[in-house]
Amino acid sequence: MAKLRSAAGLETLRADIVSRRDPGKRCIAVCAGAGCDAACSAAVVDALREEAAKKSIDVKVTGCHGLCEKGPNVVVTPGELCYFGVRPEDAPGIVAGTAKGVRMDEVPFYKHQMRLLIGDNPRIDPTRIEDYLALGGYAALSKALFQMTPDQVLDQVKKANLRGRGGGGFPAGLKWETAKNAPADERYVIVNGHEGEPGAFMDRALFTGNPHKVLEGLIIGAHAIGAHRGFIYTRHDSPKLIEHIETALAQAEAYGLLGENILGSGFDFEVEVHFDVGIFVSGESSALMRSIEGNPPEPRPKYVRTSVSGIWEKPSNLNNVETWANVSQIISRGADWYASIGTEGSKGTKLVSLSGHVVNSGVAEVPMGTPLRTIVHDIGGGVADAKPLKALHFGGPMGGSIPERLIDTPLDFDALAALGAPIGAGGLLVMDDGTDMVDMARYFLEFLTHESCGKCVPCREGLLQMLKILTSMTNGKGRNGDIARLEDLAEVTGMACLCALGKTASDPLRSMLRHFKDEYEARIPAGG
Amino acid sequence: MKRESPPVAEIVLQIDGKAVKATEGMTVLQAASSATISIPTLCHHEKLEPYGACRLCMVEVEARGRKSYVVSCLYPVARDLIVRTRSDKVDKIRRVILEELLAHAPHSPELMRLAQEYGADKDRFEKESSFCILCGLCVRYCAEIKGKNAVGFVDHGARRKIRFVPEIASNECWDCQECFALCPTSFAQAAYFLTEALAFPGRRKAWTP
Repeated sequence: MAKLRSAAGLETLRADIVSRRDPGKRCIAVCAGAGCDAACSAAVVDALREEAAKKSIDVKVTGCHGLCEKGPNVVVTPGELCYFGVRPEDAPGIVAGTAKGVRMDEVPFYKHQMRLLIGDNPRIDPTRIEDYLALGGYAALSKALFQMTPDQVLDQVKKANLRGRGGGGFPAGLKWETAKNAPADERYVIVNGHEGEPGAFMDRALFTGNPHKVLEGLIIGAHAIGAHRGFIYTRHDSPKLIEHIETALAQAEAYGLLGENILGSGFDFEVEVHFDVGIFVSGESSALMRSIEGNPPEPRPKYVRTSVSGIWEKPSNLNNVETWANVSQIISRGADWYASIGTEGSKGTKLVSLSGHVVNSGVAEVPMGTPLRTIVHDIGGGVADAKPLKALHFGGPMGGSIPERLIDTPLDFDALAALGAPIGAGGLLVMDDGTDMVDMARYFLEFLTHESCGKCVPCREGLLQMLKILTSMTNGKGRNGDIARLEDLAEVTGMACLCALGKTASDPLRSMLRHFKDEYEARIPAGG
Repeated sequence: MKRESPPVAEIVLQIDGKAVKATEGMTVLQAASSATISIPTLCHHEKLEPYGACRLCMVEVEARGRKSYVVSCLYPVARDLIVRTRSDKVDKIRRVILEELLAHAPHSPELMRLAQEYGADKDRFEKESSFCILCGLCVRYCAEIKGKNAVGFVDHGARRKIRFVPEIASNECWDCQECFALCPTSFAQAAYFLTEALAFPGRRKAWTP
């Protein structure tokens, strides 16, 4: 394929790809996301291909569709008919059109969602850039390069009030502006694809299923910020994700959408992929940057933002996978459109990975402001085994739990943070009334004691001591003074740790001491 | 015309109610010690790069009406910064950190002295006498001053520890031993001699003055 050297060249290619596709031709999309893959979707693909070969039907292997609980998932277009729990022997019926499917917009899990980011997944083979281009891919990049100045792009992102999806909710536009204006001869942009906490699997679903969406956002951001070098930092242990990222980079470069003189605009940008070393703290921004430099992933203790001084002490703008994925639609549809979705302080949609005691576990996408009740009951189908709901936990081991009575709280960065259960990256754990909240806090701390770098005392020692106390409490050996000890440890960990991992590591425990203290007191002989 | 380099800016900040003069680029800890205001430290050494790991030197700072807790060994001085080296919160941070470290080294004289000052109870948390408090003075001294890297950190999280590298230690350490005196718990020398006993016994016998 020849490198594209103009905006018109991109549109000609797109028209050519679209013209060679018959929208009326049936296409069977099989989910190969992590859940469906584990449920042997590959065998379903083989059976469908064998059956479809007899007729003029395409079988497409795609990224995650969302409803992991009922995989392997199959969607047949046109008509968007969904089939769940598909087995190889179902192939003849699906291909013949005799098997009964459900229209996607009638499936409760899907119909309450707004799938701006993940909705394209069933239409895209992540290893084929042509699929992304056919859906309008890279048009936003072309617009940003040829119809807008970098400042105008930055202005749109600021106006859209896109807030970071990685956990902090920091306004992305302000971070971009800092990196853009920091004095330096070189600056970098980075994708934080190091999703690693228990219960978070939305970034992997998005990035594996639609890698070009993230890449397009990254290139647009690089142009706005003035970066010519970018990094994708991701997990070493997700082979399919790595394969899709590397394929996407190679294909984008072959088309002239990446590399030197992108689309003939004169803008050069290259991307390198880096892998973690198998420890959760690698995802902390300054530790991640140390890791890219080739050093151990220990957070940097300096009081200077990485957007001013990051990789090799150059301004380095780090955003999470989902944040970057939001950029192209802000450019193509405008900041006003984007800001019309969501609440006052939280705009756009949010991917939520639903798990725990919920009927439909999977990846859902809803507008910010959606009540948690809608997510849990309408989309999630309620609590598994019809048990009463006890609590909702957001943000994994650095998040917090809220009791059932707060279920009408909207999905909003600030509203949830005020309750002690910040959205974090978007992992939502549903807990039924059989859940032991002391054990939940113990579980998260056990995870973090292994994932801390161990450099600073309050994190290394504080987490260990909290874990020891909680372990003895869950073993029926709670002692008087344990709650005061836990409160002191949690407070000091939150105030004194070096990095965000340590500072938020005690948040689950603190939220539980706030909302479920009676369960802790019940583990102490004299009640406290 | 050659431009003269601008003079280093002098900054006045307030530490414990006292106006303290400092120069740009200094840390709060440096400014405090120049005004003989003492802040406790465990991982700090003036010959070494600030490390910010023990967190004992945390102070309360107030800038533009916003209060926060920062480690003074790294926090840069700024005009009109208000620093409080003692407050209820600061003392609590120090007390709990000392209690956490005393679980590993309950008899370290340095820790015991600080424990007394901050009311830390050496028996508050479950003991695990590993002796090392991972201040990293030995590791950093060996790397930054001696350039030898004979001792380093291994593993992470709660399993982090220091270890001498036998291949380097057998050649370098006997004639140096400078890190021993830096160690607040005497663990560095214990770790060295254990390494010697396990990896290169007899090295001392062969040594003649």
